[in-house]
Amino acid sequence: MSAAVPSEPSVPSGGSVVAADQLCDVRLTVNGVHREARVPPRRLLSDVLRHDLRLTGTHVGCEHGVCGACTVLLDGRPVRSCLLLAVTVAGHAVTTVEGLGTPDAMHPVQQAFRECHGLQCGFCTPGFLTTVAAFVEENPEPTEEEAREAVSGNLCRCTGYQNIVASVLRAAEITRDRAAGEDGPP
Amino acid sequence: MTTKLFGEPVQRVEDAKLVTGTAHFLDDIGHDSLGVAFVRSPHAHARVVDIDASGALEVEGLVAVYTYEDLVAADEAEGSTVAHPLPLLIPHPSLHAPRTGYALARDEVNHVGEPVVMVVARDRYLAEDAAERVVVTYDFLPPVVGVAAARDAARTVHEDVPDNVAAHLLQVVGDVDAVMAAAPRRLRLDLDVERSASMPMEGKGVHARWDPVDGSMRVHSSTQTSTSVRAAVAARLGLPAGKVECVAPMVGGGFGVKIVHPWPEEVLVPWAARRLGHEVKWVEDRREHFVSSAHERGQLQEIEVGFDDEGRILALDVRFWHDNGAYTPYGVIVPIITSTQLLGPYKPAAYRCEWWSLYTNTVIVTPYRGAGRPQGVFAMERTVDAIAEELGLDRAELRARNFIRPDEMPYDHHLTFQDGRPLVYDSGDFPASLAKLKELVDWDATLAMAAAARAGGRHVGVGLACYVEGTGVGPYEGAHVRVESSGKVKVATGLTTQGQGHFTSFAQVAADELGVPLEDVEVVTGATRRFGYAVGTFASRAAVVSGNAIALASRKVREKALRIAGEALEADPGDLEIVDGQVRVKGSPGASIPLATVAVLSNPLRYAFDEASKAATQFAVGDASGPPVADDEEPGLEGTDYYSPTQSTFANGMHAVVVETDPETAEISILRYCVVHDCGPLINPMIVEGQVHGGVAQGVGGALYERMAYDENGQLLNASFMDFLMPYASEVPHIEIDHLETPSPLNPLGIKGAGEAGVIPSAAVFAAAVEDAEGFPITKMPISPSELHELRARHAAGELRPLRRRTTTEETS
Repeated sequence: MSAAVPSEPSVPSGGSVVAADQLCDVRLTVNGVHREARVPPRRLLSDVLRHDLRLTGTHVGCEHGVCGACTVLLDGRPVRSCLLLAVTVAGHAVTTVEGLGTPDAMHPVQQAFRECHGLQCGFCTPGFLTTVAAFVEENPEPTEEEAREAVSGNLCRCTGYQNIVASVLRAAEITRDRAAGEDGPP
Repeated sequence: MTTKLFGEPVQRVEDAKLVTGTAHFLDDIGHDSLGVAFVRSPHAHARVVDIDASGALEVEGLVAVYTYEDLVAADEAEGSTVAHPLPLLIPHPSLHAPRTGYALARDEVNHVGEPVVMVVARDRYLAEDAAERVVVTYDFLPPVVGVAAARDAARTVHEDVPDNVAAHLLQVVGDVDAVMAAAPRRLRLDLDVERSASMPMEGKGVHARWDPVDGSMRVHSSTQTSTSVRAAVAARLGLPAGKVECVAPMVGGGFGVKIVHPWPEEVLVPWAARRLGHEVKWVEDRREHFVSSAHERGQLQEIEVGFDDEGRILALDVRFWHDNGAYTPYGVIVPIITSTQLLGPYKPAAYRCEWWSLYTNTVIVTPYRGAGRPQGVFAMERTVDAIAEELGLDRAELRARNFIRPDEMPYDHHLTFQDGRPLVYDSGDFPASLAKLKELVDWDATLAMAAAARAGGRHVGVGLACYVEGTGVGPYEGAHVRVESSGKVKVATGLTTQGQGHFTSFAQVAADELGVPLEDVEVVTGATRRFGYAVGTFASRAAVVSGNAIALASRKVREKALRIAGEALEADPGDLEIVDGQVRVKGSPGASIPLATVAVLSNPLRYAFDEASKAATQFAVGDASGPPVADDEEPGLEGTDYYSPTQSTFANGMHAVVVETDPETAEISILRYCVVHDCGPLINPMIVEGQVHGGVAQGVGGALYERMAYDENGQLLNASFMDFLMPYASEVPHIEIDHLETPSPLNPLGIKGAGEAGVIPSAAVFAAAVEDAEGFPITKMPISPSELHELRARHAAGELRPLRRRTTTEETS
């Protein structure tokens, strides 16, 4: 873990203006793996994840923090990666949709969205998945109303949300089932 | 037996990638591309006087700055036509004054957001830095904003179109004047529908890579038509079509806006990539999407209807003024659809519709899901409700009295539809649909509940609206189906996918036709090298046109497989069936051959490159007396076929909504939303219901929240998701759905389109419900709480006539 470190040329001492072309080394943990990127201070976390680290699962739908497509988990909490400068999350842990699970080993939320047809074009989906992953951890037995409330900060233009709400409830159920399976008799 | 997949709610095969972040959308490719930003007009109407790009040159990482003059110079040097006006995609006889823009503004801008200068730099950040430093000097011209201002024509958008009228069309069936004059009763309505927009979560985007070695261009575009983008790029750049490939990667929603092409960026990005010898990519940001893509819906309507005492509609006379924005690249498809789909399930004895399509200094208007139908349904259903109100009749009963009956199908409206073909409904059972909806809603009880709630001081209202939707328009789609020697089936169709689940529903069709498991079928869409002939995905046409093409191509492959297997098994092909990927003799499952082996045998080989291929080499197979590949045969177990419909097939539906409005704040809440939908047999009911859900959500947005707030200067005041209010989960109700499945007699699968249905009746059904809740007429949509509050004040002041059914007795049923 380390903070953002300006590389050559260094930050002028006492200066408040950083030239746009100045590069900073950002070290952070992404999906459990130590990653580094050398980027200008103004570069968005979403761009660093997508274009520097090539983790393109995180999508950008509005670049002003409203649609939620770019939501990632920062130290486990959902944040809008289009509203954060990458340099400000140096030293922190980021989880993207790629870090939730893989096609062969899906996270309960991923499995639930597939089972319940909780996605159509799939562009907004990564933001829902990260949001719901954090929600289900916090509230393992949500009511339908709570499930709807949990996804009411993310925009989807395809599904009408009905199957997304069902996916949230199903994700909680899968999570509970898996936990019971682990705790239960072999 | 292989389980039949058609009709099953099969889980989507595309989802594994989409939920794990491993699918590729446009901006997920070409990370090393140069970035593009555009200097766009800040003015709605102005002349471009001067462009000074010298300030941009200071930006480190700048690669190029292009203006219209550069396009002209390049055309002269290279034989391209990038400086020509953008094409008029769909000419129409009514469109007497078409105007299209340029890839970069020539000397005039006609809406805020029109591209003026293209800046290419090492990345998008730097391109924006440079774009900010380009100084464009404009001479302001007075803008024309709104349909009424365009109609008044005190100012003009295009100097040489003095009345602002791009197109004018009159369609008449019967002697409207005589029937109207003779009608026992008449009513007039003035209606108003505002703009909204497709607003897919992924904006547009283009990536291009030029290969100087063979002079070929590979373009990726977030488009609804890759074949036509390819053709347009080839034409503009002066390249042979065979040297251009276009791929639509995963596309993050379209809803109509991405059927328009070539967008300026689809011309300029490939052009710059060739010029610079480097990959170039442009990805639209949200503000760009608001001000430089497309909107829809804006219309002013005047309706006169003549009817008898039983509520039967005798004459319908409609005039409307359609806002087409600054240019008409997509022609006048939207108002044509409004005027022809307006009649819905009804059959007035005489119908006249006259419309004018008008220029305004705002973003262009091209189809958005529903494509003119929501406005037409608004006009018709508001009229039907007004008749019921006038006569004091139940609104469902009044509709039933005017329905086209099932025994009148096919029903010819004697109008010309958007595809230039006669408007003839192929099938549908409107009385049955209404009966289902009344049952789903529990119509009489719900009306009674609403009346009781109103009696108790609440504002509760019920709305009902019906529509008929022409789906599956031509000209054609095709498909190529190949069984590989592994037994896997590869299906390619040319139209594109924006989330409709084609990879699954098309695989269901092919798997059923070929008798193979679903997991053995892989579908590719929207890649011109895989299938070069296609039209595109719009007008609820993909399942109908490509679905049937895939069925037909699969049948060809099946026939060939049975023929080859018949030879191998020494059986009559007519006695064979394919089950679970095995060709076998019916009733004698022991005699069988895997489809994979049939695929091997279909391709006579000289060389054995693996174990399977040994079976097809020259000393293993063949009758030495004839050629290894028979006359009129082709090697390979594959087939191509096309489906070209003679006309559209007509789906229909009916929606009902129950709303409650807050007596103080005028907020509108949705208590129930019910849908009965008939798109023929469902390939995958889960996917169809998802389509309906999504359409209804867009309808809720369009009816209650979304509008394009232009000020008098033509500035779009709400060009962000902060201000343009798209519904979140908190605004969309639970949707109750029932289906009727009336097959189409027109196509082999008997199916109809479903993509647009959900959104079509929304403005009408919400207007009806709010009207019912409030007790005064609603004639303008969308409706916000502040507007409803204002209407209440006008109603209280006696400016709005109360509904008769509120002043006399409650609606009886």
